[in-house]
Amino acid sequence: MLEVIIPALIIATSIALAWPLGRYMRWAMDPAGPGTGRLSFERVAVGVLGPKAEHTQHWKRYCLSMLSFNLLMFVFVYLVLTTQQWLPLNPENKGPLEPSLAFNTAASFTSNTNLQHYSGEVSLSYFSQLFALMWLQFVSAATGIAAVTALSRGLAGHAQLGNFYQDLTRATTLVLLPLATIWAVLMVLLGMPMTLEGAAVATTLEGATQTIARGPVAAFVAIKQLGTNGGGFFGPNSTHPFENPTFWTNVLSNVAILLIPMATVWMFGRITHRLRHAGVLFGVMLTLYLCFVACASLLESQPTAAFDGLPVASAMNLEGKELRFGPTAGATWAVSTTATSNGSVNAMHDSLNPLTGLLPMAGMWLNVVFGGVGVGLINLLIFVITAVFLAGMMVGRTPEYLTRKVETKEMKLALIALLAHPLFILGGTAVFAATPWGTETLNNPGSHGLSEIIYEFSSAAANNGSGFEGLGDNTVPWNVSTGLIMLLGRFIPIIAPLAIVGSLAAKRATPETAGTFRTDTLLFGVVLMGAVLIVGALLFLPLAMLGPIAEQLSIR
Amino acid sequence: MQLDVSTSASAAGKPFRKERSLFTARMLVPAMGQAVRMFDPWSMARNPVMFIAELGAALTTLVTVSAIATGSDGSGYFLAISVWLWLTVWFANFAEAVAEARGRAQAASLRKARQDVTAHRVVDQATLQVEDVPASQLTNGNLVRVSAGETIPADGEVIEGVASVDESAITGESAPVIRESGGDRSAVTGGTRVLSDHLVIRVTAKPGESFLDRMIAMIEGAERQKTPNEVALTIVLAGFTLIFLMVCTTLYPIARYFDVTIDVPTLVALLVCLIPTTIGALLAAIGIAGMARLSQANVMAMSGRAVEAAGDVDVLLLDKTGTITLGNRQATEFRPAPGVEERQLADAAQLASLADETPEGRSIVVLAKEQFNIRGRKLEEQQAEFVNFTARTRMSGVNLGEQQIRKGAADVVRRFVEEQRGEFPNQVVHDVDTIARAGGTPLVVAENARVLGTIYLKDIVKGGIKERFIELRRMGIKTVMITGDNPKTAAAIAAEAGVDDFLAEATPEAKLELIRQYQREGHLVAMTGDGTNDAPALAQADVAVAMNTGTQAAKEAGNMVDLDSNPTKLIDVVSVGKQMLMTRGALTTFSVANDVAKYFAIIPAIFMVALPQLEVLNIMHLATPHSAILSAVIFNAVVIPCLIPVAIRGVRYRAVGADALLRRNLLIYGLGGLIIPFVGIKLIDLVLVGVGLA
Repeated sequence: MLEVIIPALIIATSIALAWPLGRYMRWAMDPAGPGTGRLSFERVAVGVLGPKAEHTQHWKRYCLSMLSFNLLMFVFVYLVLTTQQWLPLNPENKGPLEPSLAFNTAASFTSNTNLQHYSGEVSLSYFSQLFALMWLQFVSAATGIAAVTALSRGLAGHAQLGNFYQDLTRATTLVLLPLATIWAVLMVLLGMPMTLEGAAVATTLEGATQTIARGPVAAFVAIKQLGTNGGGFFGPNSTHPFENPTFWTNVLSNVAILLIPMATVWMFGRITHRLRHAGVLFGVMLTLYLCFVACASLLESQPTAAFDGLPVASAMNLEGKELRFGPTAGATWAVSTTATSNGSVNAMHDSLNPLTGLLPMAGMWLNVVFGGVGVGLINLLIFVITAVFLAGMMVGRTPEYLTRKVETKEMKLALIALLAHPLFILGGTAVFAATPWGTETLNNPGSHGLSEIIYEFSSAAANNGSGFEGLGDNTVPWNVSTGLIMLLGRFIPIIAPLAIVGSLAAKRATPETAGTFRTDTLLFGVVLMGAVLIVGALLFLPLAMLGPIAEQLSIR
Repeated sequence: MQLDVSTSASAAGKPFRKERSLFTARMLVPAMGQAVRMFDPWSMARNPVMFIAELGAALTTLVTVSAIATGSDGSGYFLAISVWLWLTVWFANFAEAVAEARGRAQAASLRKARQDVTAHRVVDQATLQVEDVPASQLTNGNLVRVSAGETIPADGEVIEGVASVDESAITGESAPVIRESGGDRSAVTGGTRVLSDHLVIRVTAKPGESFLDRMIAMIEGAERQKTPNEVALTIVLAGFTLIFLMVCTTLYPIARYFDVTIDVPTLVALLVCLIPTTIGALLAAIGIAGMARLSQANVMAMSGRAVEAAGDVDVLLLDKTGTITLGNRQATEFRPAPGVEERQLADAAQLASLADETPEGRSIVVLAKEQFNIRGRKLEEQQAEFVNFTARTRMSGVNLGEQQIRKGAADVVRRFVEEQRGEFPNQVVHDVDTIARAGGTPLVVAENARVLGTIYLKDIVKGGIKERFIELRRMGIKTVMITGDNPKTAAAIAAEAGVDDFLAEATPEAKLELIRQYQREGHLVAMTGDGTNDAPALAQADVAVAMNTGTQAAKEAGNMVDLDSNPTKLIDVVSVGKQMLMTRGALTTFSVANDVAKYFAIIPAIFMVALPQLEVLNIMHLATPHSAILSAVIFNAVVIPCLIPVAIRGVRYRAVGADALLRRNLLIYGLGGLIIPFVGIKLIDLVLVGVGLA
């Protein structure tokens, strides 16, 4: 019974909260008219950021602002990480990060990936955690929300996509900060530590001295989950008893993972005035998500193959799981964290049954099942455009999306975005599977070893950040390659769709008639689902067959 | 298009009169040769998908040759792969060549019409002195004289004379047409023949740029440029090709991880199977065949772009006369004045119309005969004096001694009656009003001072036109009737015909403004026109079909010419445009969906040795790895010629809403595309095993 209740509780709560949050986010991000309270808030933002935060921007300027801001953040964090020994809030006297690791970490947090080739409690000072990483967890998530807001405005037909700095401020202060505060308070109430004191030193019953790492965990965790960041305060991430102490913190964390990506879809629907279309997109995402959760839960309910023939009574695969969260909490989280590009873990993905391991990978390959904050919907848009183009022709008209014609320029841009993601995963895997860069860092031989490589590149390209673990990934080749992939995998799929939207918004709207290809019907949902699954399958079927599927078949 | 005069029959309104059998041996054999010549890599590069396939075939051939030279194992398998890869490319070329050959067959018969005739060029316009020059030397502005029995040497405009002209070489219509100077029937086309009288024509085309030349070029595909949607699709296909190129190249190092070395022919086979060769091979043929289907309907498009735009049209402007109504008003009812017998009215009306040669007049005679069996009389004996209709009197009729019978519009007849101290009865006023409001034309008949009653002249809406408009509405196309009638009449006819909107008292300016207004709202507008005053509107419309009987100016302004001059055909033009897009979409979907099965055939085959557990994924139970890969390659090649008929005929278009169309096509080409290759590959594998090749 509990097996069903856990995912049902998490998913139902997320869906129920997403609707009002979507409404709120629309008010926060794209106000129809300035309310009195809003106006004074906007004035404060303009006062801080100067007049450049006022003017609405064309898609090119919008992207340029986004890139320059992110570059600035990247450089800032790199500097903090390499000089943290001289900075305050360093009670443990942590030393600087090695340059390639600092590059990887800066790239990772700028790109909202939070792939961690380090262990927070071992390598980072509180200053680095709070003012470099946690700061980025806010603004990188805000960048995603800003981007999807701009995209929605474009699809609503405005050639001016808004102002990046204004959107960033709104997303950070009106959406993320309040939500994170609520979540952090709840987490503290449920027993999560929140302190700036150094590690606790305790004497155990045997008389040994034990050093227990702690810190401002609750604040960090709240934004880590809400912003689909996923970077843990501690190395073991949300499996750590301080980062995820109880059943209820686990439920709350899992809801936080799903919440904003779900709400974004409704915000998009409200800004574009196409709630039905948004509903179809939400439905497609939810269907895929539910399938993934169901499959993962079922597959994990099988005992691990290693116990075959051993006199061990085990009802399910318990390896790498935290029992305090409940039986299906691991599978539900594994799917949630990879479907959205969160990347935090509450169980070791490396220990999942092989076919279960395929589901987190598939989530990252598709990267559209709710996806990262803001960017998940942007990724889905690429599939929407592709589906509209192919299926649109089948109704005998030049394909149209939301009344605007999809032509050569849009398809070129869509293909760039569509190509980039698999290129990083396939290319990276190919290089690392064939060279010592990859093969010497593996923890396992054969298909499972290949899965480790595939997973790492998928995680980087999808800006997910979770790890299959087992991989010795803190090497220069891994740090540099995944660092680059995270940055490219972050910004190409944001810029190309914004360019598409800019180009679409510049076109004349075609009135909708009975001959128009409709995107707000169940039929379109089926088409879109087909496009996502078939394109996904064509790109990644070889990897799936050679990695998890071959492994599953070999241990039967 | 049907060019053979003896067999042609233009059935007006019927979209495609006669489907030429798809292939004839005379067409196929040269196409086979042509397909070989098209292996030229320079021309292949236009089509990125097939270009990659050709490169792959070449690479495989090299590997095969070296394998045979070194006598290594598996060279037979390599050879089979090479052969089938080349066949794949050849099939693609063949599809294009066949489509072109069909066009060329049409062009050849057109060209016959353009034998170099001798033109009589007018040297001195005053004396009409002529000199003989070859038609090819005529240039824009020359005057030529053409007599009965001679062929018109170039496109031009009649500036003097009236003649009947046989235009069957162009239109396939054997009935001669009248061409005369001035007005809307002044354009003549080079290659047509003057049957009677003689004409003086001003040449309006430069040599080599005549209408006929352009038609031939269009049909042959020589001037074929990719349409916008075709360009976009080519880009998408190139993108897919790139994606699969990436998948296949990365597979090689990943296989090395399992200590598997994939041989080049197998890798190329996988690549060619995955890239969308099916649609890549048929894309050009679809475009060429779309144009050909239009010309079968006797419509010449000046560009493929126009055909494609026709599919997007969502507003049709249709002239009332000739398109929606039968062109002429007809008498349908006699409404007598109080105290007058209907028969008496009919009799008078017939008498007044006996000399009236207009269709309206004749219809009155006919109606009187039908309803009361009143025959036409020899009126000469009664010293009848006919009064013809003039712009001043606006009445016509007959005088029989003292008896003056008149018919005309209500206001003039009222004046006629009142001048003779007669009375205009209220009942007649009421009848006149009712008829006008119902969209009819009332004609009042009077005998001296007495009003006899009203004749109801009615615009007859063509049979079946209402159903077509309902169809169009389902397709999401709005119909707008253009008419010179007053708004009241127009509204009544619009309601009867079931059009969505109308433009009454239309002037050329009003038409142009209407089109602009629709375009501002984002609509794509199609219209037909023939007169010179239609030219601005034709130029503004997105799809403009000029009637071949129309003026040169109208033809220049339009982007299509309807050789049958049948305005209803606009609807068929739209269907052809839609069909072309649908065929592309359907075959692309089919092509992409096919890939799933090919993966299941090839990937287990490649890795079977290193990862024997993958045998489970060989869900088709293909005999051996080699037979599996070969079967996939053969299926991929053979499906191209199998789909040539679909590409050339086009996916069937039905006038239903977008959702219904999509559902049907998805089911056939999407789901079918997923399932068919599983069956096909398995069958081919069985055959290979059967003949002992596996």
